[in-house]
Amino acid sequence: MYQYDQYDQAMVDARVAEFRDQVERRLAGDITEDQFKPLRLKNGLYLQLHAYMLRVAIPYGTLSSRQMRMLGDIADKYDRGYGHFTTRQNIQYNWIKLQDAPDILADLASVEMHAIQTSGNCIRNTTSDQFAGAAADELVDPRPYAELLRQWSTFHPEFDYLPRKFKIAIIGSETDRAAMKLHDIGIQLVKNDAGEIGCRFYVGGGMGRTPMIAPVIGDFISPLQMVSYAEACLRVYNRYGRRDNKYKARIKILVHEIGADEYRRQVEEEFAHILTLGLEPPAAELERIKGFFEQPGFDSAASDDLDLSDPDFALWVDQNVHAHKQPGYAIATIALKPVGGIPGDASADQIRLMADLARDYSFDELRVTHAQNIVLPHVRKVDLYTVWQKLDEAGLANANLDLISDIIACPGLDYCSLANARSIPVAQKISERFADLGRQKELGELKLKISGCINACGHHHAGHIGILGVDRKGVENYQLLLGGSEGADTSLGTITGPGFNEDGIVDAIEKATDVYLAQRSEGERFLDTYRRIGMAPFKEAIYAKEPANG
Amino acid sequence: MKVITGSDLRTGDVIWWTGEGWSRHVNDAVDAGEHAEAIIARENAKQIVTDTQVIEATQTPEGVRPAHIKDRIRALGPTVRLDLSLKPADPAAGNWVI
Repeated sequence: MYQYDQYDQAMVDARVAEFRDQVERRLAGDITEDQFKPLRLKNGLYLQLHAYMLRVAIPYGTLSSRQMRMLGDIADKYDRGYGHFTTRQNIQYNWIKLQDAPDILADLASVEMHAIQTSGNCIRNTTSDQFAGAAADELVDPRPYAELLRQWSTFHPEFDYLPRKFKIAIIGSETDRAAMKLHDIGIQLVKNDAGEIGCRFYVGGGMGRTPMIAPVIGDFISPLQMVSYAEACLRVYNRYGRRDNKYKARIKILVHEIGADEYRRQVEEEFAHILTLGLEPPAAELERIKGFFEQPGFDSAASDDLDLSDPDFALWVDQNVHAHKQPGYAIATIALKPVGGIPGDASADQIRLMADLARDYSFDELRVTHAQNIVLPHVRKVDLYTVWQKLDEAGLANANLDLISDIIACPGLDYCSLANARSIPVAQKISERFADLGRQKELGELKLKISGCINACGHHHAGHIGILGVDRKGVENYQLLLGGSEGADTSLGTITGPGFNEDGIVDAIEKATDVYLAQRSEGERFLDTYRRIGMAPFKEAIYAKEPANG
Repeated sequence: MKVITGSDLRTGDVIWWTGEGWSRHVNDAVDAGEHAEAIIARENAKQIVTDTQVIEATQTPEGVRPAHIKDRIRALGPTVRLDLSLKPADPAAGNWVI
């Protein structure tokens, strides 16, 4: 893992001191809320429905056990004993007191963490593949490049007041586990026939009220020019992005309005200019960063055998464990999605337990996924059973990864001041309706995502089944979308028709799954069947009138 | 009735204007009527409350009931964590919210 040098630590410590002073002045009445609000937002502190909410950055979703333990301790010490892992691989605390915020930031800084740029119209936390450095299908480890992007984008003076927020994801595998094409910039590290590494830049994707899939703007940029190319992409956006209309200010609108070819032309022109300025970090810096991401000391003699005689353990392995590039090791995903639970929530004790498991069984590493789960990336296969037993004791052995109950849900109207409808109760009802694991496995991979408003924090556009909560004259209503996907085959969901109430949306989903079960061909996922047969059969079943009794 | 609500500057707690001060309990809220904007201006100047606003509500025999679901959830707490509400021991505490 990357470790702060004196510059990183000095910057974060200085920010803590600065914010402490700002909070003191606010509490003393020396500055108004209008003056203070942009300052607290720069430090990830929102005012939500019930209290202040602090969003903590987890760079590319990677944590050490010491950092994870601190997140658990903060939940106990300053919050109400739990935290909420988010779709940007961050964690949010929902019950923060303003007077405590500087102390929390100081505690975070003591473990090389912060909340900088988790809000505001700046470059947000760069996300990545949760299996980075471990996946069997990985071409290039994206973490050093993600770290380089983190350093470049942190406190970048030119990009501190962009037209709107800006989100970057970077992956190094053919399999996209980071919704890369639905970001302002998605970077895929690829190799050419000569084995050279290049960066494929997808620019202008996003969800929100105007979802768009990013087109390729730069096909094969040298990794040693990655920062300069990103700089060029941002400069063109910063120059021409719509500052006059908040709803048209994201880069996706600019790329769409002028066209990918014209945007690419302008980026290339700017890129050529930037290259003359020598802004790219020296190659030695990338090599220095790579040194932090050497593979851990794997046991080359570790056994590849796995005893699956315990049927419950076997179910968990089948669903939640993925192939590791190192023989004898596996990637274990902890699904924070118990039946009837709150997606992404974990208690302080659970957070600390996951930290202990990382320390003891995963070379001290954890990852947060954009699907609101936690990954232990490097577990010896012989240790998997012990890890599973400890997870099971803590209520964390949910064997439902990528099944219908592994739901992404934003906090919704239960917590969020922007939301129009509650997301969590819908997720709870769906997971309860489909609680039987055998039924879930029969349905196979089915990604269900719920947002409580058009801002799409719950990624509803990209769900095989998506749900969007809206406000209809003060009453919650839920629109149903089918056919979205966030992987290599990224697609946007289509609304089925009129919306439903809280119970009706659960019934509608069950009817959609019934159509899938009746019509699927051998080996088809829900998404595949939808793509083959189209919306009509689903719509017919979902909106069919119930026969009158008697 | 028109009710004034806001957030406690220090704690972020949801608070309601009682006519004399601020309470965490929505049932303590009073009708601010035509004086609402003046009260908000005066209270904001004290720098102890933030994000103040006037909302519609109804006085019922059971208590003050905000008109919009968002304000009712603010009054109660998260509907999915009634253990964190102001009346965690009362399983019926949230029946009027949704």
